[in-house]
Amino acid sequence: MIWLEKRPAPSRLWSVLSPFAAIGMALVAGAAMFAVLGHDPAEALYVYFLEPLTSAWSIEELIVKATPLAIIGVGLAMAYRANVWNIGAEGQLVMGAVAGSVIPVLLPGWNDPTALLAMLLLGALGGALWGWIPAFLKNRFNANEILTSLMLVYVAQLFLDWLVRGPFRDPGGFNFPKSVTFEGWHVMPAISGRVHLGTIIALLAVAALWVVLNRMRYGFEVRVMGSAPRAGAFAGFSAARVTSASFLLSGALAGLAGIGEVSGSIGQLQPSISPGYGFTAIIAAFLGRLGPVGVLFASLLLALTYLGGESAQLALNISGKTAQAFQGMLLFFILAADTLVNYRIHFRRPGAGEGSAP
Amino acid sequence: MKKWKILAAAAALALASGVAQAADKLKVGFVYVGPIGDHGWSYQHDQGRLAIEKALGDKVKTSYLEKVPEGPDAERALERLVRSGHKLIFATSFGYMDTVLKVARRHPDVKFEHATGYKRAKNVSTYSSRFYEGRYIIGRIAGKMSKKGMAGYIASFPIPEVVRGINAFLLGAQSVNPDFKIKVVWVNTWYDPGKEADAAKVLISQGADIITQHTDSAAPMQVAAEKGVYAFGQASDMIKFGPKTQLTAIIDNWGPYYVKRAKAVLDGTWKSEDTWGGLKTGMVVMAPYTNMPDDVKKMAEETEAAIRDGKLHPFAGPIHDQEGKLRVKKGEVLSDQELLGMNWYVKGVDDKLPK
Amino acid sequence: MNGLEAFLLTVITASTPLLLAAIGELVVERSGVLNLGVEGMMVMGAVSAFAAAYATGNPWIGVVAGAAAGALLSLPFAFLTQTLATNQVATGLALTLLGLGLSGLLGEKFVGQPGVPLPKLDVPGLSDIPFLGPVLFGHDVLVYASFAFTAGVMWFLFRTRAGLVLRAIGVNHTAAHALGYPVVRVRYLAILFGGALAGLSGAYLSLSYTPQWIENMTSGRGWIALALVVFATWRPLRVLAGAYLFGAVWILGLYVQALGFGLPSQLLTALPYIVTIVALVVISRNRTLTLTNTPASIGIPFVPDR
Repeated sequence: MIWLEKRPAPSRLWSVLSPFAAIGMALVAGAAMFAVLGHDPAEALYVYFLEPLTSAWSIEELIVKATPLAIIGVGLAMAYRANVWNIGAEGQLVMGAVAGSVIPVLLPGWNDPTALLAMLLLGALGGALWGWIPAFLKNRFNANEILTSLMLVYVAQLFLDWLVRGPFRDPGGFNFPKSVTFEGWHVMPAISGRVHLGTIIALLAVAALWVVLNRMRYGFEVRVMGSAPRAGAFAGFSAARVTSASFLLSGALAGLAGIGEVSGSIGQLQPSISPGYGFTAIIAAFLGRLGPVGVLFASLLLALTYLGGESAQLALNISGKTAQAFQGMLLFFILAADTLVNYRIHFRRPGAGEGSAP
Repeated sequence: MKKWKILAAAAALALASGVAQAADKLKVGFVYVGPIGDHGWSYQHDQGRLAIEKALGDKVKTSYLEKVPEGPDAERALERLVRSGHKLIFATSFGYMDTVLKVARRHPDVKFEHATGYKRAKNVSTYSSRFYEGRYIIGRIAGKMSKKGMAGYIASFPIPEVVRGINAFLLGAQSVNPDFKIKVVWVNTWYDPGKEADAAKVLISQGADIITQHTDSAAPMQVAAEKGVYAFGQASDMIKFGPKTQLTAIIDNWGPYYVKRAKAVLDGTWKSEDTWGGLKTGMVVMAPYTNMPDDVKKMAEETEAAIRDGKLHPFAGPIHDQEGKLRVKKGEVLSDQELLGMNWYVKGVDDKLPK
Repeated sequence: MNGLEAFLLTVITASTPLLLAAIGELVVERSGVLNLGVEGMMVMGAVSAFAAAYATGNPWIGVVAGAAAGALLSLPFAFLTQTLATNQVATGLALTLLGLGLSGLLGEKFVGQPGVPLPKLDVPGLSDIPFLGPVLFGHDVLVYASFAFTAGVMWFLFRTRAGLVLRAIGVNHTAAHALGYPVVRVRYLAILFGGALAGLSGAYLSLSYTPQWIENMTSGRGWIALALVVFATWRPLRVLAGAYLFGAVWILGLYVQALGFGLPSQLLTALPYIVTIVALVVISRNRTLTLTNTPASIGIPFVPDR
């Protein structure tokens, strides 16, 4: 029988060790799984975790993959801290991409640094507006935001689909569903290889949100409303305001990530612009324990699991499904290891303790 | 720490020796947009990959990455294949087009084959299949087999390839029954058996007694079997799902083309070209004609032969579009260019296309 | 078969998987746990049911296997969130990933094989009544089960002491624990039940709806089911209404397309989602109803003080 004892304060030791404990457990379970499937466990684990870190290209790819996760994740983390459940970041990402793409598609002549800035601002605005809808419905009609934000994801995706097949379709593109290819200042400037401006934005977002969370009144408001809403009400904090602000902020960041991806990594608008970043970012937010810096590391870690999975597919002839299953298992272990940060685990024989043991 | 170093060294050695062994073999890589478990588009491409292995045995080593979304992940996937020594890479989805060109520019020594695209480079070829030839044939069969003169068409997304298919099907049907009608339902997905089944049920309840699809799963075939109407398989032979229901199927047969291209790389004769093969080159194969009377079977076989020999072109004039405008004059055929970007319906389609 | 009859039958088929999964998740959430792994459990149920039915030739074994697979997959989730108090949202998402990957692996050799379909009920005499016959008496067992479970869950939650305890735990687990209720044990059971039902929903997909297996055949239905639980303010009858509303609007969209009115298909495909939002807004105006039914401790890890 296992039971938990809450530590008086989160353990600093385990905060650092827990990822290693997780990987340790994953190594054991993963080694077993790979052995069963007929692969060399040591090779498999090397390919999964270490090989992606061994080449500059791979590290660049890690950053490229982690960037949108981090941007969206930090915004979601703030929202979740306030118990505002924005599940629709994927939709906000899409609408931000659409809004920002208005410039290259409808105003192609405007092609200078100010155009890029406008694209980014529009992207943030588009995402924020799409995120505002669930907030509005919640504040005004008490409609649960989990449902509304999730449903709006599908609506956003279908809207994008309709746009690129109709009004935004490239006239010179043989009627295939894509917009014109972005050029010049409509493309996010590259920093190194595939790493583009979006990464700088991600780092800025992390820094900015850290400041907001820890040094600004709004951050305090978020933390209070999240853990003790009634105390917050007494202090004059408004739940409606926090809901709106959370959705606007996380929506804006998701929109920014969206236009960042379209303008930086893809280079045009097409029906599918995100492999589920908005949802993976949710995992990043929680893995990062809802703190901006944690989310940054969590995003990198998640990106590593994706890259490792791909690497394994090629090097070991493991199928994508195995990679996905292993990723799920890995997350389980990371989450389990995280428990050690806040709790001490006790093992005890049943019947040897006090009354109502779980 | 020391243990890790040894482990890492051992693993690196293992990988290195593995790479050394493969140095003489041609490494051929495949990028699939969906899972090979879709039993449709990606599955058939993978069958093509297996054909390469079978035909060229020791001379090649193939690998694949599945479920690679279009976009930045695709670029990484292609780069990864290049960096792990693959010299011939097949990118099997239209959406990879610009990504393939980007990566190809960086690696002029690697050959790329892009499916259903239209942009080429010195080291990028394009290839596609004239599925519409098959659609014409099944349209003719439908024209003969349908008592109500109406077919249900389950379509995925309004891209030119799908529109081409719809048009070819209707033209084929109209050549036998000028009043033939089709109803189109867009399910906005390449495969979702439930949705495809729903669409089939709706179409049948609206009076369609022949079902055809441009989606991947065999669900419509099963629904057709249940409701007692005829259907055509898509991408793979679906006879197992409808032994008394399937009239024929259009099968994507990439094997011969893939083997040819791999051989060309091995021989050093590979050139960038555009291949749009059909019945003649065996890229489109029709499943055996079943569940139909002998005279219909004969007509189907004759049609197939005629197309193969070049005597019959599905898009031969006169063809009018939905608005009545004459698009193809009598005696002419639609050019490949026009076919590639087809965005209009022939007269008789009960649907509107986005402009 | 006339139009309305065909319409109703198609809607019932489309709505049943949503209803089965949502009712199960309703119980889980009422006990205060948010399990976002519905999609993963559903797809595991689908592949297990298919495999078992295919291997034995008996669809009933498939049904059992589907439910068992769903429940089995929910076990690690239960262990992590209840015994180790991990974050429920992240754990549920991980469960979905695991389920999707595992199901793909297990289902590899079954791709392209027609499955063993569940037989439909055929009551001599009753099933032949025009219109009412097929609509009421011509379905397979899982359709009837979905209604039975809805009624059963309603009865359990609101008319039994055990149900009251479960709801109490969902509202305030600290108080419930103080009163001596076995919070963790009840939640374990609720999670297993939800898993079994999600698995059953998957079994319906691969044994009845479209008797075949291809990868990812659930296509997001698990997420819709999750949304429906919230939509229904955690009340079983509303889950039923929501599932059928969603299914009906979806099928209606297909009909409109087939009739050739020329509306963009994306709009028609988006309609179920939009309608659900609108309906939710209308229902949620009654704040008291929402407050009294929301399991307030949902998502909050429970660790009893010692």
